[in-house]
Amino acid sequence: MSQANHSIPLGDKLWRWLVISLPYWWLAIFFLAPFAIVFKISFADPVVAQPPFSNFFDFSPGAESWLLATLDNYRFITEDNLYWISYFKSLKIATISTVLCLLLGYPMAYGIAKCQPGTRNILLMLVILPFWTSFLLRVYAWIVMLGKTGAINSLLLKMGLITTPIEMLYTDGAVYLGIVYTYIPFMVLPLYSVLEKMDTNLQDAAADLGARRWQVFFNIILPLSMPGVIAGSMLVFIPALGEFVIPSLLGGIDSLMIGRTLYDEFFINRDWPLASAVATVLLFIIVVPIMLLQSSQKERS
Amino acid sequence: MTAATDKEAPKLPETDFTETPWLDPQAAPFIQIKSLSKEFDDFTAVDSISLDIYQGELFTILGGSGCGKSTLLRMLAGFENPSAGQIIIDGVDISDLPAYDRPVNMMFQSYAVFPHMTVAQNIAYGLKKDRLPNAEINSRVQEMLELVQLQDLAARKPKQLSGGQCQRVALARALIKRPKVLLLDEPLAALDKKLREQTQFELINLQHKLGTTFIVVTHDQEEAMTLSSRVAVMDAGRFVQIGTPLEVYEFPLNRFVADFFGTINLFDATVTSSVQVDSCTHTIEAALDKTGTLVKADCSHQLNQGDIISIGVRPEKLSISQKKPRGKNLTITNGIVEDLAYYGNRSIYRVRSHSGRMIQVSAQNFQRTKELVLEWDDQVYLSWDSSCSVVLPE
Amino acid sequence: MSSHRGPSTFILSVLCFGFAFLYVPILVMMAYSFNDSALATVWGGFSTRWYSALLNNEQIINAALLSLKIAAVSATFATILGTLAGLALTRMRRFRGRFLFTGLIAAPLVMPEVITGLSLLLLFVSLQQLIGWPVSRGATTITIAHITFAMAYIAVIVQARLASMDESLEEAAMDLGGRPMQVTFDITLPLIAPSMISGWLLAFTLSLDDLVIASFTSGAGASTLPMVIFSKIKLGVTPDINALATIIIGTLSLGILIASWIILRSQRKTSAQRQSG
Ligand SMILES: Nc1ncnc2c1ncn2[C@@H]1O[C@H](COP(=O)(O)OP(=O)(O)OP(=O)(O)O)[C@@H](O)[C@H]1O
Ligand SMILES: [Mg+2]
Repeated sequence: MSQANHSIPLGDKLWRWLVISLPYWWLAIFFLAPFAIVFKISFADPVVAQPPFSNFFDFSPGAESWLLATLDNYRFITEDNLYWISYFKSLKIATISTVLCLLLGYPMAYGIAKCQPGTRNILLMLVILPFWTSFLLRVYAWIVMLGKTGAINSLLLKMGLITTPIEMLYTDGAVYLGIVYTYIPFMVLPLYSVLEKMDTNLQDAAADLGARRWQVFFNIILPLSMPGVIAGSMLVFIPALGEFVIPSLLGGIDSLMIGRTLYDEFFINRDWPLASAVATVLLFIIVVPIMLLQSSQKERS
Repeated sequence: MTAATDKEAPKLPETDFTETPWLDPQAAPFIQIKSLSKEFDDFTAVDSISLDIYQGELFTILGGSGCGKSTLLRMLAGFENPSAGQIIIDGVDISDLPAYDRPVNMMFQSYAVFPHMTVAQNIAYGLKKDRLPNAEINSRVQEMLELVQLQDLAARKPKQLSGGQCQRVALARALIKRPKVLLLDEPLAALDKKLREQTQFELINLQHKLGTTFIVVTHDQEEAMTLSSRVAVMDAGRFVQIGTPLEVYEFPLNRFVADFFGTINLFDATVTSSVQVDSCTHTIEAALDKTGTLVKADCSHQLNQGDIISIGVRPEKLSISQKKPRGKNLTITNGIVEDLAYYGNRSIYRVRSHSGRMIQVSAQNFQRTKELVLEWDDQVYLSWDSSCSVVLPE
Repeated sequence: MSSHRGPSTFILSVLCFGFAFLYVPILVMMAYSFNDSALATVWGGFSTRWYSALLNNEQIINAALLSLKIAAVSATFATILGTLAGLALTRMRRFRGRFLFTGLIAAPLVMPEVITGLSLLLLFVSLQQLIGWPVSRGATTITIAHITFAMAYIAVIVQARLASMDESLEEAAMDLGGRPMQVTFDITLPLIAPSMISGWLLAFTLSLDDLVIASFTSGAGASTLPMVIFSKIKLGVTPDINALATIIIGTLSLGILIASWIILRSQRKTSAQRQSG
């Protein structure tokens, strides 16, 4: 269908043009251009005005220089500990949550793959179902569970196991819990699809050769399921890194993940240029590992 | 041997070219392909092919996997842009026309029957796109359904059809627009053996009835023989030989064709003598390399003493016997039956000659016997007439 | 990987734990929506008073209506644009800027919502400065933002379906005289319709669920349902949100169960037909 002939009627060329250009220009205007603007504003000065950032160019006569760019925002990010801490904490929380998701998700995916086909579909359905229901409300469910007067505390109190409620909500632990809870389907599904395709004969053969169960697992199943592990980890790690809702609902005041810092910088301090600089740095932190991963995958294949 | 070779009776009256238009110097070719090439990036899939096809032919393109058959067909249909060259059909250069404006239709290797349409809707699709009146569409669809015997299945969806029925839907759909040329890409490859043989004849009958020019792509040489008026043998993007099935089978131009189109026993040989018999026949004698056995062969051109050639003999041209045969112009060699396969009507023997070479022989089982005429490890003589030796350039 | 050896005790217990982990919080939350008492600690008896409170809460009703409207409109446009993008990537072999296009389709999937939201807001602000549009931020800007990130998901879904679809179906249609546009409407779209529908549903849910991007791109006037919920639950447990959650999750789950039941049944039907046909 690759025709670049001269005799193609105009109408057909127009259709081809439409199919390509419509989504292309939409994304160029509403996705690519915004990043250019973020990048640009990250070099601007905050001012008390509407909008709250300085102009980039100054063509008025008598201006010192027509280009008004400043590296102040980036300098500020590197100098103020707040940002270092937020970036580091985001990486830490995202990494640990990914590992926790893997630890819970792997056996689940494995267990589902081992079930009868009928049961398997039902269990899969049960894994996917929460994903289709509201994310915000599922996070809220943990507020109901963990609060000082929440379900868990009241149960423990009633049973007499504790006398004063435990602080669970508004802690880092709650953030981990929330992230694992909301992103576990993203871990289970890719793992399941790899494990489900895996050849049972391989395992039986290994078992025949006298490998113990855990040897079979570490020598055969785990290496073969690495694509699923990587896919699932990326699907959890990337959104967790920029997560805003979970730390702001379940975390304490000090649970400074970068998404939340950015949000606060923007809405509370109204420092748009600084928020843009934070976003630019975050973008690099996310894009660089993805590009590295993709190029390593390309090399392998 | 086949329907196609019947047409090739050697003593046709000189003026009648209706069955063999390619021999007629006055006939204008219906399809002209002029040095057509297709390059994918740096890979040449079709390499400067030229070909004339005449009206009403059933032309077959035969070649191994990946030799460029489908690419050639797809250029004719308009799905691939030629890198160079021209395609002229019925006097009109169609090289630059998009697929939907070409007077050709194609039957796809995968049939490509639209799964969301009924059989009748599938067949009617081409006419609908031409905006014919509904009444005409209906009558022509009905006609087509009868032609391919699918009247009772008109309302079915493709999912409810067998492979053979799908094939006929695809055929009807491609024929309904009465194309000048019908292109068929491996039309029978997806069918099982029995159905394939039956469908081959249906296809020939259909083509005779409609008189449409067919170009069939296949990798099955038996299919090519059964179907075609002419065959082009293709290798690595080029045509190696074009001719009637009989010509290609009995007079292959080189070892590739000889080997690809049927089975052949090939011997390396050195020419020892060459004698001219008449204007276009030379009888040569050559020594088989390993043993020095002398082989006689007819050849169309002069060869010199000492020329290295290949001599080919088809398995069915060999006689096998336990007594030493006698006769003029016979080449005789001997060996031991190493392998034999009994097929009922004939048997295939694999004989190891005393030079150590395997020779395949196919023999009709003339006699009705309780035991096999020849057994494993029997000493046998093989012989063939000099006219059966094919001389091939090295 | 169905082995004759079933799952081990360890695996079984992890499965049970995992599903309990997934579902207990939701069920507890739903249960509390019927608690007469406003305090989570006390079970004050069965009551539906939070549901009637919810129905009288105009703010929530309006926000829900706005969210549904935005979700329906953005899902529809995202499906159109995403399908076109999928077609362009799989069926238009060569065009200028293809590499960038591929990147643009993949990027929204990995972009943190805070960045997408921030950048779109800055775009709208700059546009307003430059050309005076959009005059104010609200439903329109949220819809545009949702179209942008949802169309990437749909493009990926549609692209996967198209890649696995036999291209000779479309070639056959073109061979029979179908113009490229006719071929798309006659053949391609009917065949990828299931993917488009699931894409639409996904876009609808994503839009309905989105808090961050909507917060950035919305103006003073427009609050979507997640924005209202967020501002309420930031302060802790509010029982009418439990009621809302029960309604939303109940409706969605029921819808999904019915949809998958229908899909399953039609699959069985076709396979049965196949066997008889
Ligand atoms: N779109 C393409 N891009 C690059 N190479 C291609 C493309 N299409 C075909 N080829 C190459 O061109 C060669 C010829 O392909 P073609 O499909 O014509 O083979 P074929 O003779 O039909 O083989 P088969 O009998 O297997 O169908 C193959 O080596 C194939 O890899
Ligand atoms: Mg082919």
